Amino acid sequence: MMRLPPGQRTRVTCTVNGQAHSGFAESRTLLSDFLRHELHLYGTHVGCEHGVCGACTVVLDGRLARSCATLAVQAEGAEITTVEGLAADEGLEPLRQAFSRHGALQCGFCTPGILASASHFLAARPDPTEAEVRDMLSGHLCRCTGYEGMVRAILEVARETTEGANQ
Amino acid sequence: MGDRADSWVGRAVPRLEDAALLTGNARFIDDLSPLPGIRHVALLRSPHPHARILGIDAEAARAMPGVVGVVTGAELREHLNPLASAVRAPMAYYPIAIDKVRYAGEPVALVAAEDRYLAEDAAEAIEVDYQPLDAVVDPLAALATEAPVLHEEAGGNLVHHRQFAYGDPEAAFAEAAEVVRLAWRYPRQSATPMETYGAIAHFEAAPERYTVWSNFQGPFILQPLMARALGIGGNQLRLIAAAHSGGSFGIKQGLYPYLVLLAAASRLLGCPLKWVEDRLEHLSASSSAADRADEIEAAFDGEGHLTGLRFDNLVNVGAYVRAPEPASVYRMHAAANGCYRVRHIAIQNRLVTTNKLPIGLNRGYGGPQFYFGLERAMDLAARRLAIDPAEIRRRNFLAADGFPYEGPAGAIYDSGDYGKGLEMLLEIADYPTLRARRDAARAEGRLFGIGLAAGVEPSGSNMAYVTLAQTPEEREKAGGRSGGVACASVAMDPSGTVTVHLDSTPAGQGHATVAAQIVADALGLRPEQIQVDTAMDTGSGAWSLASGNYSNRFAAIVVGAIAESAGRIAGKLKAVAAELLEVAADDVELAEGRARIAGVPEQGIALGRVAAATHWHPAGLPDGMAPGLYDTALLNPAVLDAPDGADRVASAVTFGFLCDLVALEVERATGRLRIERYASVHDVGRVLNPIVVEGQVRGGFAHGFGAAMFEELAYDQDGNFLSGSFADYLCPTSADLPPLEFANYETASPQNPFGSKGMGDGSSMLTPVVLANAVADALDLDEVELPLSLDRVWRLANPETDGR
Repeated sequence: MMRLPPGQRTRVTCTVNGQAHSGFAESRTLLSDFLRHELHLYGTHVGCEHGVCGACTVVLDGRLARSCATLAVQAEGAEITTVEGLAADEGLEPLRQAFSRHGALQCGFCTPGILASASHFLAARPDPTEAEVRDMLSGHLCRCTGYEGMVRAILEVARETTEGANQ
Repeated sequence: MGDRADSWVGRAVPRLEDAALLTGNARFIDDLSPLPGIRHVALLRSPHPHARILGIDAEAARAMPGVVGVVTGAELREHLNPLASAVRAPMAYYPIAIDKVRYAGEPVALVAAEDRYLAEDAAEAIEVDYQPLDAVVDPLAALATEAPVLHEEAGGNLVHHRQFAYGDPEAAFAEAAEVVRLAWRYPRQSATPMETYGAIAHFEAAPERYTVWSNFQGPFILQPLMARALGIGGNQLRLIAAAHSGGSFGIKQGLYPYLVLLAAASRLLGCPLKWVEDRLEHLSASSSAADRADEIEAAFDGEGHLTGLRFDNLVNVGAYVRAPEPASVYRMHAAANGCYRVRHIAIQNRLVTTNKLPIGLNRGYGGPQFYFGLERAMDLAARRLAIDPAEIRRRNFLAADGFPYEGPAGAIYDSGDYGKGLEMLLEIADYPTLRARRDAARAEGRLFGIGLAAGVEPSGSNMAYVTLAQTPEEREKAGGRSGGVACASVAMDPSGTVTVHLDSTPAGQGHATVAAQIVADALGLRPEQIQVDTAMDTGSGAWSLASGNYSNRFAAIVVGAIAESAGRIAGKLKAVAAELLEVAADDVELAEGRARIAGVPEQGIALGRVAAATHWHPAGLPDGMAPGLYDTALLNPAVLDAPDGADRVASAVTFGFLCDLVALEVERATGRLRIERYASVHDVGRVLNPIVVEGQVRGGFAHGFGAAMFEELAYDQDGNFLSGSFADYLCPTSADLPPLEFANYETASPQNPFGSKGMGDGSSMLTPVVLANAVADALDLDEVELPLSLDRVWRLANPETDGR
């Protein structure tokens, strides 16, 4: 195991949104701070630095991770997808448009983390019930919308995708 | 205006804001690095609710690697004047503690370093010598003679006291057939936007000026106040709002002392400073709604007509009176009759300081507290008089043909039909069936309750309503105050494209989209062709005291300013086009990107060419016409006059209406509330964009539901702060919120060209009381307090256990 004395920075190399990235981090540097202030990927937002609100959620080696509760050095060699990577995924355009149509976002600060969770969820659970969607979303705090638009948008996209696949 | 069937206004236009937000391209304050050399700030905050600062030793911190400097209150005091408010009690409020701390979380020292991590390390190395003092957090306890006093120079904790009488309340109560009385505590809540406070402050010495980027939301009446605190002229303090703000709900008003603090520290340390609040800081030391210890008395005749009201409001302002306080208790003052005909009202307002963080704007601003009293009293009177709760409200509503209506305390209600809203609500919720289900449940011994509430939603504030805190004589001496000015600019550039500037600093409410809809209609364009810049800059754009994002002012006032400015641009385009088309200006219409002859749509020219003529060829313009296409409207609603000598004031421009109904069952064994049905009907005047309106209603409901059920900024009796994380301060999740059945109807407001009313606060105002009413009904109780947490409700549902 690598040992880093306090205050010493080390180079962390990882793949973010399909591209090789590297930057410096201390052992205590949060992944959220590393993504934002070292790699300049400001789409990932920090709402509580406590792992509760879910705003900073990213996909880390295929699993959802709170980047505020993950250390940057843990991401060495990892594959990460942030909202900027999701934005490049044309397949998610229906989800984004449904979010917009249904008023699933207002200030949009929580939205990047929610898109990470929602897209990850739909990939595993293409035909969810409303209760399952609400359960998934309960890992995120949004103070603007009351969540209703998100639930409607996710269910609508799931329905359309499932119907499309069955035709 | 905007009444054409093909108008963009009124349509569910998807928001122009969304694409950037959905792709990670929207820039918020913490994403900005507007100049080089920025250093990062950590604030050392008091762990004590009340203590004298005997000394601060920052030697070790200053010597740490990467640290630029440490600034204490004693050092900053040399460069700051206290922050003023409308309360004249002798006490000084600085943005950092000077010789005493008065709440847990109050800033004590500022550290600047190369990065935030190093700044926090250094903050930990600062030694503060505190002499702890007794603390008081309860507003009634703080009034006691033996209570610890926060501001010795004020002589006690009662810092504001005024009494008002409208009509003849004494007689109304003397003649009443029934008087209901309630006393209760209303807890503290905070809207907790997902993005916390953030700011970058930069001092320049030559010429001497400050530039501050932040997510401050106004009201910009605080800008001159900040300049005064810094001892500079207004034009030496330039405030720039980030293009996107991650929610506010009023809370980001409370950022302004920090802007003063950072600005002054930037001067002392000689470098630009950036500070982004963390969540613990936000919960403990940003701002919050007021907790209160209020009483209400309501007089009724034998038929359930409300004949008199007495309000006794005791507001816990926290450690300092921070402007615009005491506005929260005066926000509903002029509309203290709610949606009812009552003309005889007495009001006592007292503000008390305690060892809690200072209060400020928070969604609903004074409304949830006000309606908790009034609408609990209406339900209680219905029970006492054996009148259906819907019927007692119906009997007291303002008459639909009586608008505009001047309330006893001066509010001028613009339009409404409250009876219609209530009937819609009862139909949507299927009230008769719910009542039958309640009867059936009760017959089985179950605890089933129905709650109702109704109220008006004042929007677009008169900046002068807060001066009710002063006597008419004091106001006379201070000079006239009135108004609520909105500013909007519309420009068409040489290539014929349009840019709009707003003074409404939105934080997610879709102002850019609605502004684009309005301008698109005026100029015959499509909304997506319009660029709307909401990143307000006091150094380069039009603004005034009322500018900002609060009291639902956008749909009440700002839309009128946008329409006025766009209308003038349209008029000029038509005049220029008329010359080019050789017709009268009246015969020119703007549509589909062209100026064309009305009735002969094929004869016209592209707007871009018309615009180009004003920029490229001013000499060719009609005689006397100014070049270019740039217009700014500053609009003040005429209704917002100064308070009169009898303390009456037209406090707001539009008055929306809403009524809510909830049916629920209390689980006796657990105290859990099972919401059977929740319905809410709103009159927001003309709907400008249904996506935005529904979003505001649902969001307001979520805030109200959280406040009713579990949110509380809690302190223990000694003043220690207990809700420092989202694991302690519980916000509703998608799994907590019941389905909301929402409907709306329209009574057009005469106060702006669209007939729209401000909205967004309403549900947050009524949801807490309607849930309390339902629980009181289910448990057959007079006294119910919030939050309706499991343990509280369980105790109420199981009185025989004596709370054990």
